[in-house]
Amino acid sequence: MNIGEILLKLWNDSGFAAISSGFMDGGWQNLAMIAIACCLLYLGIVKKFEPLLLVGIAFGCLLSNLPGTGLYHQELWDSFMAGELGFGTILHDGGLLDIFYIGVKTSLYPCLIFMGVGAMTDFGPLLSNPKSLLLGAAAQLGVFAAFFAASASGFFTAMEAAAIGIIGGADGPTAIFLTSQLAPHLLGPIAVAAYSYMALIPLIQPPFMKLLTTPKQRQIKMVQTRNVSKAEKIIFPIVVTIFVALLLPDTAPLIGCLMFGNLLRESGVTDRLSDTVQNALMNIVTILLSTAVGATMVGSNFLTAQTLLIVVLGVCAFILSTCGGLLGGLIMCWATKGKVNPLIGSAGVSAVPMAARVANKEGQKANPSNFLLMHAMGPNVAGVIGSAIAAGFLLSVFGG
Amino acid sequence: MALLASEYTVGESALLALLGYGVVFFGIILLMIVVIIMGKIFVAAERRKSAAAAAQAMPQPAPAPVEKAPEPAPVAPGAAGQLKLHDVEPKTAAMLMAIVADKMGKPLNELRFISIKEVK
Repeated sequence: MNIGEILLKLWNDSGFAAISSGFMDGGWQNLAMIAIACCLLYLGIVKKFEPLLLVGIAFGCLLSNLPGTGLYHQELWDSFMAGELGFGTILHDGGLLDIFYIGVKTSLYPCLIFMGVGAMTDFGPLLSNPKSLLLGAAAQLGVFAAFFAASASGFFTAMEAAAIGIIGGADGPTAIFLTSQLAPHLLGPIAVAAYSYMALIPLIQPPFMKLLTTPKQRQIKMVQTRNVSKAEKIIFPIVVTIFVALLLPDTAPLIGCLMFGNLLRESGVTDRLSDTVQNALMNIVTILLSTAVGATMVGSNFLTAQTLLIVVLGVCAFILSTCGGLLGGLIMCWATKGKVNPLIGSAGVSAVPMAARVANKEGQKANPSNFLLMHAMGPNVAGVIGSAIAAGFLLSVFGG
Repeated sequence: MALLASEYTVGESALLALLGYGVVFFGIILLMIVVIIMGKIFVAAERRKSAAAAAQAMPQPAPAPVEKAPEPAPVAPGAAGQLKLHDVEPKTAAMLMAIVADKMGKPLNELRFISIKEVK
């Protein structure tokens, strides 16, 4: 037994040796990604930026960038994308995070998350004021503006541009769903950008809310909307599923799961299932989804000029979506002769319920007795439907 | 004008963006119409139901001999009257009252809650 040889072998097998010996050949990228993962962990834990997702994403990133662990194999997925191997090979040869990632690649996780979102969403405010659906559509401006900018920049293919554009939908599962279909190599930066900006909504939106509206408009008090019956709430998810899936079949996985989750909540006969979807299932899928998405942030994919551009285009998409919603709100304010507070338009960017809370807070700053929360929830949930339709359109055009 | 990476020219990209935005509006407007129609049907049904209930209540028979109203349930010692709950679970109501008392910094038995209603 040669202790020296054993120690040498242990050193050669270690990640430290891999980083130091291959420092110029990707080792520095691993170190940089580990530093980025630590920054994301800091943002998630200390600054509380969407911690439920960002902590998982950051830890997945950390794990996949530790050399020699064999948890995630980018080369396997590159071969998979080239059609050279199937899921069977990945299950056989892949690491733990490769197996987690199959759920992203098959769109299982985003759809299950949507089911949970549906089970947690009350569509009552939208049903009592159906016109608020228009604000959910207006707030998709950023999606298409960012798509145009990315496509016209010449740095991205049309499929990549479509995946970048969907950041403006401010809807994490939709962004992951579309990106995993159209541009899986950009999944890491797009998911990080989408979730980071969603966490920054209270900082991003208010300046534009103040810029586009007058203090008088922000003070507008909206009247109480009508009560919605239980039967109406039960029929709504069924009608929406049939209608939207017939209109844009590519949205069926997202809208179907969203509305199924909502039906479980509203039907009143599946309380156990609704509870499971909202809590246990949602939590399990969040863990798998976030770590799998984080695992795709390998240095060679992430440390590129494209990532920087995605970060810039993502924030522009968010801002433009906010402005689109606000402009929609201003038009509704004008059309109703001042009965609609334009601030609720900004909630059309999905990000439930954060965007609605921001609209309520800004309304209360202008008029402390103003309660816009329930009025803003209508456009807010309409934004989820709007971004799913936008994703369906992009998938239908570019998905092949 | 050909681009570096995108298969589409600037004009085509702009057209696709406009088309996409238009499709979202088209889908949402159709959905809005469906929801409005659905709402109108439900409101009309609700009105019919309440009108029928009112009509049933209209033909008042000769006043029945006045019966003595039932005695209200005895109030627990130290309680400040009865609390009416509208669509609120007693457990939720208890929690709300405890929160209000805590926020006001007053003992719960010194506050009087008349009714708690869920605003939908």
